[in-house]
Amino acid sequence: MADFILSLKEIHTYIAQHHILQGVTFDVSAGQPTVLLGRNGAGKSSTLRAIIGLNPVTSGEIRFSGQTIQGRKPYEIARLGVGYVAEDRAVFYNLTVEENMRISMFEENTQALERVETVLALFPDLKRLWRCNAGLLSGGQKQMLAIGRAFVNDHRVLLIDEPSKGLAPIVVDQLGESLIQIKNHTTIILVEQNFHLASMVGTDYFILDDGRVVHQGLMQDLEDDQELKQKYLGIG
Amino acid sequence: MNSEAASGELELKSGFNAKTWAIRIASVAIWFLPLIWIDPTTYIVLTTAGLAFGMLLFMVAAGMTIIFGLMDVLNMAHGALFALGAYCGGYWLLNLLEKFGWVAYGTATQSISSILLAILVGAVAGAMLGFIVERVIIRGVYGDHLKQIMITMGVLYVMTEVTKIIWGANPEVVLVPTMFQGSYDIFDVIVGKFRLAAIIVGVAMFAGIQLILMKTKLGLIVRAGVENREAVQAAGYNIGRIFTGVFTVGAALAGVGGTMWCIFQEQVYPEIGLENIIFAMIVVIIGGLGSVTGSFLGAIIVGLSFNYVSFLLPKLALGVNILIMATILLIRPWGLMGKQ
Repeated sequence: MADFILSLKEIHTYIAQHHILQGVTFDVSAGQPTVLLGRNGAGKSSTLRAIIGLNPVTSGEIRFSGQTIQGRKPYEIARLGVGYVAEDRAVFYNLTVEENMRISMFEENTQALERVETVLALFPDLKRLWRCNAGLLSGGQKQMLAIGRAFVNDHRVLLIDEPSKGLAPIVVDQLGESLIQIKNHTTIILVEQNFHLASMVGTDYFILDDGRVVHQGLMQDLEDDQELKQKYLGIG
Repeated sequence: MNSEAASGELELKSGFNAKTWAIRIASVAIWFLPLIWIDPTTYIVLTTAGLAFGMLLFMVAAGMTIIFGLMDVLNMAHGALFALGAYCGGYWLLNLLEKFGWVAYGTATQSISSILLAILVGAVAGAMLGFIVERVIIRGVYGDHLKQIMITMGVLYVMTEVTKIIWGANPEVVLVPTMFQGSYDIFDVIVGKFRLAAIIVGVAMFAGIQLILMKTKLGLIVRAGVENREAVQAAGYNIGRIFTGVFTVGAALAGVGGTMWCIFQEQVYPEIGLENIIFAMIVVIIGGLGSVTGSFLGAIIVGLSFNYVSFLLPKLALGVNILIMATILLIRPWGLMGKQ
């Protein structure tokens, strides 16, 4: 139990009268990039939103490195060390790339500035576009900025919601390469529909269906399990 | 990826240019159009009056637009904050200072001190009521525009009645400090002294707001929050506290607006808030909800056109602002500088 950096136990959430998460339970070990898979509407994004505190949890328990975090405000959870990259390129379009990075730093200390350097080494495009409005960036660049934003703080867990959405296959590959770099620094929890990217990054997986975890295991086993992929992911 | 970026930049840049040019042409045209019917001397008098009026409107609209942009709250109670600022800063404080002989026959220093103290008292009064309104009233209606309009409109009416209980239902005379009485006569062009003061305060307020928005971390958070509140929370900022802070500052600006307004009008009455909330709404909508620069431009447009049209066709004066608003919204439904 103590080895898990993040544990969800029987999480239930509602949006209006809809019962979105119906008892999500899973554990993530520190340093193990974990992928949440499942069809549209299975509850993957809602699970991430529940963890960061944007969707109120009705019942259940979320523990992050030993502390209970459900019911806390998103900013408190973020300050505890949970980074969140929202769906649809979570960058501020009217701010420059520089401002996007600055607002993401809890404190502008040397450590954070070093991490900015790491981000810029990882995504050289951002350096070139440093003073550009983020709205002018391409889809792939925006996604890189979104991930870079979350990375400037020393988050122990990084929740990333469907980074490949709407990106060209070659850009998805570049993204995958950079996520592989990042997973050495933090524990990534990735929601992804793109199986190729998911298998590039993840070692553990959980499949969600109708607001519940229905299957779990190692990513490398799932890659060969055509039946399971067909049943829950519609691929294979 | 590079070609994708290039086409994206091209498209956005050309869109941006068309927008800027539309604004430039519109704002220049509206300045000179009235010269066809008005002789130049009168035109300059009307223009300074219009600019002063515009700056006074901006003081009210600035807080309203920031509050809407960041918090997505339509705050009709802004009129109540304006009225309270007028009564506390303009009426109560200047009458108090008059007892020491500072206002009606004071020296230049006393005049300037009176105005600055009045602004301060107006701001504090607005801020205090604003803080309470946000904590007690607005907290419960976040995310529901209809409820916000209903309850804040209610606050405005209740405060109007409270004002009557405290200060009476009749208009009261507001004193103008010596230095700001009368006008300058520059080659037959009559420019009211207090109008100049109002323009200076308005421009200073605009510059101050822009400075804070563009150069400070708080401004960065507010600008980011206007765009995406959730992302600001997820980035580790306590949005609730920022909301209260911004609301209080917006309320203080309304208080300053009220103070300046009633000195400008040389009188104050309980319905002052109800009347001005209409103008403020028009300015905020023309400028684009959430944009301070938009409100600044919108206020100038409304102030100038109101004065020109009042001179030419007095009956059309209030109507013309609504006409301008409708025209702008037909062309740009999101306002001059608002988000598409």
